[in-house]
Amino acid sequence: MEFFKQFAVPHPSFLIYGAMVSIGLAMLAIVVGITYFKKWGYLWREWITTVDHKRIGIMYLLTALLMLFRGGVDAIMMRYQLSMPENTFLDSQHYNEVFTTHGIVMILFMAMPFITFFFNYLIPLQIGARDVAFPRLNALSFWLFFMGMGLFNLSFIIGGSPDAGWTSYFPLANNEFSPTVGTNYYMIAIQIAGIGTLISGINFITTILKMRAPGMSLMKMPMFTWSAFIANVIVVFAFPVLTVLLAMGTMDRLFGTNFFTTDNGGMDMLWANLFWVWGHPEVYILILPAFGLYSEIISTFARRNLYGYKSMVASMVVISVFSFIVWTHHFFTMGQGALTNSIFSITTMAIAIPTGVKIFNWLFTLWKGKIVFTTPMLYSVLFIPLFTLGGVTGVMLAMSAADYQYHNTMFLVAHFHNVIIPGVVYAMIAGLTFYWPKMFGFMLNERIGKWTAWIMSIGFLLSFMPMYITGLDGQARRMSTYSEAAGFSMLNMVSFVGAGIMAISFVLLVYNIYYSIRYASRDIGSDPWDARSLEWATHTPVPEYNFAVIPEVASTQAFWDTKKNGHELFKGKIEKIHMPNNSGWPFIMACFFFVFGFAMVFSIWPVVIVTLIGILVCMAYRSFEKDHGRYISVKEIEETEAKLRGAKK
Amino acid sequence: MKELFPLKQVMGFVFSLVLTAVALLVHFMDMSFAIGLTVLLITAFMQAGLQLIVFMHAGETGDKKTIYTNVFYGLLIALMTIFGTLLILVWDM
Repeated sequence: MEFFKQFAVPHPSFLIYGAMVSIGLAMLAIVVGITYFKKWGYLWREWITTVDHKRIGIMYLLTALLMLFRGGVDAIMMRYQLSMPENTFLDSQHYNEVFTTHGIVMILFMAMPFITFFFNYLIPLQIGARDVAFPRLNALSFWLFFMGMGLFNLSFIIGGSPDAGWTSYFPLANNEFSPTVGTNYYMIAIQIAGIGTLISGINFITTILKMRAPGMSLMKMPMFTWSAFIANVIVVFAFPVLTVLLAMGTMDRLFGTNFFTTDNGGMDMLWANLFWVWGHPEVYILILPAFGLYSEIISTFARRNLYGYKSMVASMVVISVFSFIVWTHHFFTMGQGALTNSIFSITTMAIAIPTGVKIFNWLFTLWKGKIVFTTPMLYSVLFIPLFTLGGVTGVMLAMSAADYQYHNTMFLVAHFHNVIIPGVVYAMIAGLTFYWPKMFGFMLNERIGKWTAWIMSIGFLLSFMPMYITGLDGQARRMSTYSEAAGFSMLNMVSFVGAGIMAISFVLLVYNIYYSIRYASRDIGSDPWDARSLEWATHTPVPEYNFAVIPEVASTQAFWDTKKNGHELFKGKIEKIHMPNNSGWPFIMACFFFVFGFAMVFSIWPVVIVTLIGILVCMAYRSFEKDHGRYISVKEIEETEAKLRGAKK
Repeated sequence: MKELFPLKQVMGFVFSLVLTAVALLVHFMDMSFAIGLTVLLITAFMQAGLQLIVFMHAGETGDKKTIYTNVFYGLLIALMTIFGTLLILVWDM
């Protein structure tokens, strides 16, 4: 009986049962729908087994949008709970679970796949390559990430969600204070997804270093590729820390080791320390690709080349080192001495310098540019002042002495949302709008798009500006309720209204996709924005092999030079193209990982052993497999090219 | 014959055995903690460098610059993390 009890949700409520039923119905609808329309074969052949970087990218995108919805619902629930004093909508345990999963879902299962979608889709196109360096590993990365995501979301209906905060500090996260399996889910689901991220980091670094088109030296790469390169370098050096940390945490919880205990020589603060050794570089992993996207968009719509290319690159290289020496600013109040806090205070403020260089570079790009106010550009222009506001409060938080006042208050919550939403989320939506025609062959509606941007910004300001004030007045984060005498109710209600307005902007975004699918023109050519870099030089939709002839590059904006300055991009003639074969093994291996993870969470050891053997067998199979890929013949390429150029049969 | 004999690798192998023997001395001889750890750290880093350069052929291809940049960046990050952590949790606690 004891065994079965752990599968029950520890703190059931009407909401959770409702979610269980709706998840069950949705799953059933999907299975019935796919069977009815006979799409299982299509799904397997075209998507599950694919190794094409563009399709893998789109699967990342779908996951990210789904998780944006889930994390958003969490956010609305929290804002509603706090909108009135003594509210009983969520009890404290449920509130703990909601803020924990909101954090993890938004950072690791929304923002990370969103940037990985851009990495996947854009890097090979921007450097003129036909795929990533290791296409099969790329599929494995996606499926590991996907299974980690699935396992994490399963916690909601089986066994209970993690409830120790997204940082999951020990001793709160140990078996004594977090007795449900929730934190086991945290340790193992993030571990599986994290391995996927680490693999794709290595994959993209190799792709960028080895597969650039002829003539494209490192200093001639488009700015997004540069930012992706630096972000992936940080991934490769930061994620191993997370892997080790989660492994140690798992052992503490499941095998009774004493890494983070408060006795037997354990050191609970080591968790906070190592968590942020990974966690701070992680925020730069998110923000750098966002900066890269802004650079692309701003230079395209200012109709100028990017101001200060070299200083952009230099500032990112500096950030890649500095991001590893500021982590203590997340726990200035932990009890270390003034010397340590001063050192990390100074490094934290210093990192504002390279970021400031980038902000000024964008402003100088806009200066005397012929600005075209499209939707992506609107997001980018809104980003600059809003993000700077977050940056300035960041410098306030960096002062270690003053931080004792801000620490763990709503002020901090307002600050990091203030950098992540205009910084990352705006960039993702701007980039999505910008690259939508490249992916799907039609543009999103500009009018609805601009409404979305403005409504989102108004909602954002209403949600988070009040938190700065209540935070300074002493409202602590992660508190499920407050008394009326505290006087926070008015501002929290404003915040809730703002969150509602942000939800409306998300609905508008979805409606825009629906509207544009129905009404948008399909006759837009392959370069609807009059853009500058290589990804626009190929056809829309992009053929499987990306470029029939590998382009030759002589500047940072080869495609612009081709259009305006008579540069010849495609010099060679069409030859047969070598492409990798599809494979179902990454998916199968990831399924083993999923079952393995589930069995680990509930300590079902026989299943753990069997699935572990399954994983090893998959690896062994891959080692001995003979798969030399396939060739696309010249005739086939010429037919595809003629069709994509618009020839009628 | 001379071209065929992998002199560099054999020398490297002998040297790595010597390094292992020196490291083993820490166990068999009666050293203070500080001296023992110093010996271990020095031999460990030399061993790692030896493996990387002689047996994993870093520096023998066109990627030389990339590989060494990567190694030094990794070392820098590792040292910053270790000394930062020592500072936070031990020296200044």
